[in-house]
Amino acid sequence: MIEVGNLEVSFGEGAAVIRAVRGISFEVAAGETFGLVGESGSGKSTVLRALSGLNPNWSGAMHVDGQALGKRRSKAFHKLVQMVFQDPYGSLHPRHTVDRVLAEPLAIHGMVDVDRRIETALVEVGLGPAFRFRYPHQLSGGQRQRVAIARALILEPKVLLLDEPTSSLDVSVQAEILNLLQRLKRERGLTFILVTHNLAVVAHMCDRLAVMNAGRIVEEMDVAELRRGEASEAYTRQLFNASLGYNRARARELITFE
Amino acid sequence: MSQPLLSVEGLEVRFHTPKGIVEAVRGIGFEVGREKLGIVGESGSGKTMTGRSVLRLIRPPGEVRAKRMVFDGNDLEAIDEVAMREIRGRRIAMVMQDPKFSLNPVMKVGDQIAEAYLVHRKVGAEQARKRTLDMLAAVKIRDPARVYDLYPHEVSGGMGQRVMMAMMLIPEPDLLIADEPTSALDVTVSMQVLAILDDLVTQRGMGLMFISHDLNLVASFCDRVIIMYAGRIVETCKASELKQAKHPYTQGLLASLPRIDRPVGELSVLSRDPAWRDGPVVVDGKMVG
Ligand SMILES: Nc1ncnc2c1ncn2[C@@H]1O[C@H](COP(=O)(O)OP(=O)(O)OP(=O)(O)O)[C@@H](O)[C@H]1O
Ligand SMILES: Nc1ncnc2c1ncn2[C@@H]1O[C@H](COP(=O)(O)OP(=O)(O)OP(=O)(O)O)[C@@H](O)[C@H]1O
Ligand SMILES: [Mg+2]
Ligand SMILES: [Mg+2]
Repeated sequence: MIEVGNLEVSFGEGAAVIRAVRGISFEVAAGETFGLVGESGSGKSTVLRALSGLNPNWSGAMHVDGQALGKRRSKAFHKLVQMVFQDPYGSLHPRHTVDRVLAEPLAIHGMVDVDRRIETALVEVGLGPAFRFRYPHQLSGGQRQRVAIARALILEPKVLLLDEPTSSLDVSVQAEILNLLQRLKRERGLTFILVTHNLAVVAHMCDRLAVMNAGRIVEEMDVAELRRGEASEAYTRQLFNASLGYNRARARELITFE
Repeated sequence: MSQPLLSVEGLEVRFHTPKGIVEAVRGIGFEVGREKLGIVGESGSGKTMTGRSVLRLIRPPGEVRAKRMVFDGNDLEAIDEVAMREIRGRRIAMVMQDPKFSLNPVMKVGDQIAEAYLVHRKVGAEQARKRTLDMLAAVKIRDPARVYDLYPHEVSGGMGQRVMMAMMLIPEPDLLIADEPTSALDVTVSMQVLAILDDLVTQRGMGLMFISHDLNLVASFCDRVIIMYAGRIVETCKASELKQAKHPYTQGLLASLPRIDRPVGELSVLSRDPAWRDGPVVVDGKMVG
């Protein structure tokens, strides 16, 4: 479903250029959930943004559903691929009500039955109709994130790019959203790429995962290896250790990998 | 606990909306000493509003009332805005839940941190810059000199959180309210940043209110935990005893966690009991009320 080959993404020019993504490759089969984990700033969001057409400055090859991706994305692409952004505040317009946030993509794609779709989408993410006419500042962090997920789902895409979809949610809502994503995946055969820092979430959701550090994929593994804590790279081992919980002594031993 | 740094009684926060009154915080009381106090609870339970009300950062139509709110001898209810400004930032700082939203979008992140330093310290611009770079390095930002010159939209989610953290720590506050400060950090960087906070608490005697959804993290990092539900504190316990929580709501939260060691089919979700809203609460393992 998704193929990424030797993807490079840079920002800036000349001496100040930042190579945020440094030649990474991976494939995701239809119906699969692929996890991207790794260091903060290692380029995970940049990969998702490049896929969804938000980072024009990339090179390499990307295919979705057999189609080679160019610099621009068509309307049909956005019906096929939707992204849930890492930052639920920035991704919602402060002066648009929930209703407007959800109605807009429907209008762009000329979809009918707007009322019913909006209400269904809100119910699916566990927000009642009472939230429909609220503004983002009238919602808690987690409620905002659910609106963002509802917006991504409303066009019924085949591929969802999920950037930390539950990191601002409490664990019970996280469970609801993860159950919801799993159900939608079963029912509609969706394909996911999931970026998260929570290895337990990766273990629960993903079939395979890639570990990123400083713009590169350092290791790919399947979820059984993750559960057994089998890592071949030192960075991955450190990541596994740190996920066991806070420990002052362990924190002292952590190092930065180049 | 000796003299608490912050002591709050009967705190209420409500919003007047066209659809009626939203009671975001319903009469809570707690104390924070020179310790790591975790605040957990589901989305919308009032954690952020609790933190913001300490700093008087709730705007109309929000309304804050408290029977008592005292910080290090200062009655936070009585002091005027001028005195509050002295406390805000300098003595009590808050790392906001969404850093990118709280940062100035048209100002370099480094300059914003330096400014936070200059407001409270009489030093030159050069020294403020140097201190800022040190702070960025302390929160494990790779290449601080490059990141100094970036604008908020150019930093990653986790970098934004660390920028915010650096900015709030640079005036060396006595009390830090950290609202989900590590939710966008990978576990290794998160642990390094927490170690900094830990050292500030244990070595400098800072007080920390640590708002988080991450129950495992709170259990391993904090000293004590407050669990909020629908604007109330329904349970308090030692962090090390969080996994043995007595309140069915806390137990429900714990049960909904995915596990890395073994697969679970469907994750369990809360089935809310109406009695949780106003019913008995658990204080250090004992049911009361
Ligand atoms: N618009 C931009 N301009 C300049 N640099 C950028 C821009 N966007 C991202 N970067 C840089 O690219 C690198 C990768 O950022 P990215 O957001 O992909 O990281 P991430 O892996 O998602 O991190 P996190 O887990 O913290 O969200 C960072 O060094 C960041 O500063
Ligand atoms: N301006 C407002 N108008 C109406 N209701 C509001 C407003 N601001 C906040 N609320 C409500 O107050 C309640 C408490 O919000 P708060 O932000 O404290 O939650 P929280 O516990 O921090 O949640 P999260 O974990 O999702 O950040 C929520 O139900 C929220 O919808
Ligand atoms: Mg990111
Ligand atoms: Mg909050």
